[in-house]
Amino acid sequence: MADLLEVRDLRTYFYTSQGVVKAVDGVSYDVRPGETVALVGESGCGKTMSALSVMRLVPKPQGAIVGGEILFHGRNLLTLDEEEMRRIRGAEIAMIFQEPMSSLNPVLTIGRQITETLEAHQTISKEEAGRRARELLHLVGIPDPARRLSEYPHQFSGGMRQRVMIAIALSCKPTLVLADEPTTALDVTIQAQILELMRDLTRKFGVALMIITHNLGVVARYADRVNVMYAGKIIESASAREIYQNPCHPYTLGLLRSVPRLDQPRRAKLDPIEGQPPDLWNLPAGCSFAPRCKFLVERCVQEAPLLRELENQHRSACWVAETLQQKTVLSS
Amino acid sequence: MPETHNSQLTTQSSMLVEVRGLKKFFPVYSGFFGQRVEGWVRAVDEVSFAICRGETLGLVGESGCGKTTTGRCVLQLDRPTAGEVWFNGQELARMTDAELRPLRRKMQVVFQDPYSSLNPRMTIGQIISEPILVHRISQNGGECRDRVDELLQVVGLNPLMAGRYPHEMSGGQRQRVGVARALALEPEFIVCDEPISALDVSIQAQIINLLEELQERFGLTYLFIAHDLSVVRHISDRIVVMYLGKVVEIADRQELYENPLHPYTKALLSAVPIPDPAVEAKRERIVLKGEIPSSLSPPRGCVFYRRCPIAVEECGQGIPELREVQPRHWAACIRI
Ligand SMILES: Nc1ncnc2c1ncn2[C@@H]1O[C@H](COP(=O)(O)OP(=O)(O)OP(=O)(O)O)[C@@H](O)[C@H]1O
Ligand SMILES: Nc1ncnc2c1ncn2[C@@H]1O[C@H](COP(=O)(O)OP(=O)(O)OP(=O)(O)O)[C@@H](O)[C@H]1O
Ligand SMILES: [Mg+2]
Ligand SMILES: [Mg+2]
Repeated sequence: MADLLEVRDLRTYFYTSQGVVKAVDGVSYDVRPGETVALVGESGCGKTMSALSVMRLVPKPQGAIVGGEILFHGRNLLTLDEEEMRRIRGAEIAMIFQEPMSSLNPVLTIGRQITETLEAHQTISKEEAGRRARELLHLVGIPDPARRLSEYPHQFSGGMRQRVMIAIALSCKPTLVLADEPTTALDVTIQAQILELMRDLTRKFGVALMIITHNLGVVARYADRVNVMYAGKIIESASAREIYQNPCHPYTLGLLRSVPRLDQPRRAKLDPIEGQPPDLWNLPAGCSFAPRCKFLVERCVQEAPLLRELENQHRSACWVAETLQQKTVLSS
Repeated sequence: MPETHNSQLTTQSSMLVEVRGLKKFFPVYSGFFGQRVEGWVRAVDEVSFAICRGETLGLVGESGCGKTTTGRCVLQLDRPTAGEVWFNGQELARMTDAELRPLRRKMQVVFQDPYSSLNPRMTIGQIISEPILVHRISQNGGECRDRVDELLQVVGLNPLMAGRYPHEMSGGQRQRVGVARALALEPEFIVCDEPISALDVSIQAQIINLLEELQERFGLTYLFIAHDLSVVRHISDRIVVMYLGKVVEIADRQELYENPLHPYTKALLSAVPIPDPAVEAKRERIVLKGEIPSSLSPPRGCVFYRRCPIAVEECGQGIPELREVQPRHWAACIRI
């Protein structure tokens, strides 16, 4: 299948008084029509900036996309002018932002926020827009939509606000939705409601979804493929099953081993990743995970490993990926 | 009677903390100047539990169910509206602030947010030595500095970090400082209020291991508040599940996870995602309908009534009592 989104060697940098922050540093990934791809990694590794770059919404003036290509339906978004980009944003590619409270306008009714998006992208009458808004709220499971449309964001709970964000994202029937930590602020039972809803809707409408999260559990249930980021780079990429059964990067392996799992017997002691997350201002030469890595060899501190294909579309940026693979097979 | 289930769980001598019929209501004001009390948020409503010496009691439940308020009432940081809090055989809720002061040393807290809970204008050394100086534990400056060095080492930080400011440290390092500060007065009991929620996944296991090591080394007793049920299972001996200000289930760790009784506990456990697609594909999930009701106007009968998958009409009428369904396993549900 032809790819819907192909990101090639994307570089998004921030120029600050303390130096250049390479928030996204040579990232490549694709999203195929209708599939769910996860982007996983810890705080500050560049997940949000990877998605904002696709929307061309990187905060200016400190931030800028300094290299790479973003092909959407084969067209490089980085060459479009602002007017062309505005037509794509919200209509063909929609984004659900990290903080649902700050991305809804507090002084506009929920109804107005939905109809605004509709009217911006479609020639549609006021009545028609109102009717669509009601349909959308119903679709995302908000009871009594007609009354709810005239309410304000503060009258909605966190879970309901996130539903509204999903309704707005789907309003113009996009082919790609970028969801940045869509459930992080929510309780587990509400999180389950929202994720099941997103999965049903993406299946129903054939929408491709890129879901950004640091929760490996969420990914396991909902993603077809997973990209793991560390310090501005994708360091492992594979199908969800592969990533969990056969992790080929020490960081991924460390993450999977460090979290306690409800389905397994309780371990006496957790197995943490030692050391601290990297400082993007001051990355080491060589592999940026090297200072915390248990599988370190001399080459790791001299030369940064590139993402390379191991087998069946499983890619890893680690010099010792093959030996690691044998070790995990043996130990499991 | 709330007393019964505490005393059956533990013998008096091994009990360090006991909470009986704890209530904490917050007033809700209305009117333009907020002058009229319109109602009460029943943040904690008839909560009872006991914690044995050296034990970790996990406290779980969704946002707003009253976990933090319970912890604060136990420590008397918030004064309870009603109920008793016993610590080491002394009842705290009726004590004056002056009577409480010598006891405060023995009970400490580690907060959720390592970013806002440390004073940004103080160095790490000043932050840790503050309680030592206030309680006049050290005789002189040199002794105090030695104690700070020792505490930093205990939590796995380099003593040279004493000169740094909080913003110069990572989240995990700051949380270690929070733990060092709590340990400064050699407490017996620590309330850990979501101590790892704000940390990166890769750092969470470090802090959990640290808390466990310290417990073993100093014989600490923990009330561990969290919403991540996999972490709570790892660290707790017994677990209390709260919903909307009420305890709905109490059981030993293994019993609770292997044999949850209350429908809310079941839903909560099934909602925890497991990091393995092969397992997730086969897993049944109980997706609850509806939103968490507000504790301002809790439902008349069972607090879980409106979202409960097995509710019957009777559930909406009376408040179910917390009863011992199996030995050491308590649940508040009439359908069990
Ligand atoms: N306006 C800015 N100026 C300077 N640096 C920035 C700015 N915005 C982001 N950064 C840096 O860019 C890096 C990537 O940020 P990004 O928001 O993409 O992280 P993230 O992976 O989404 O993290 P989180 O999980 O915390 O949301 C971070 O290290 C951040 O400090
Ligand atoms: N000082 C206060 N004044 C008024 N209401 C309060 C106050 N503190 C807490 N509440 C209310 O009491 C209820 C319980 O709050 P609490 O902070 O104990 O919940 P929690 O279980 O710790 O939630 P979270 O998981 O979000 O930390 C909530 O409805 C909250 O809004
Ligand atoms: Mg982000
Ligand atoms: Mg709390």
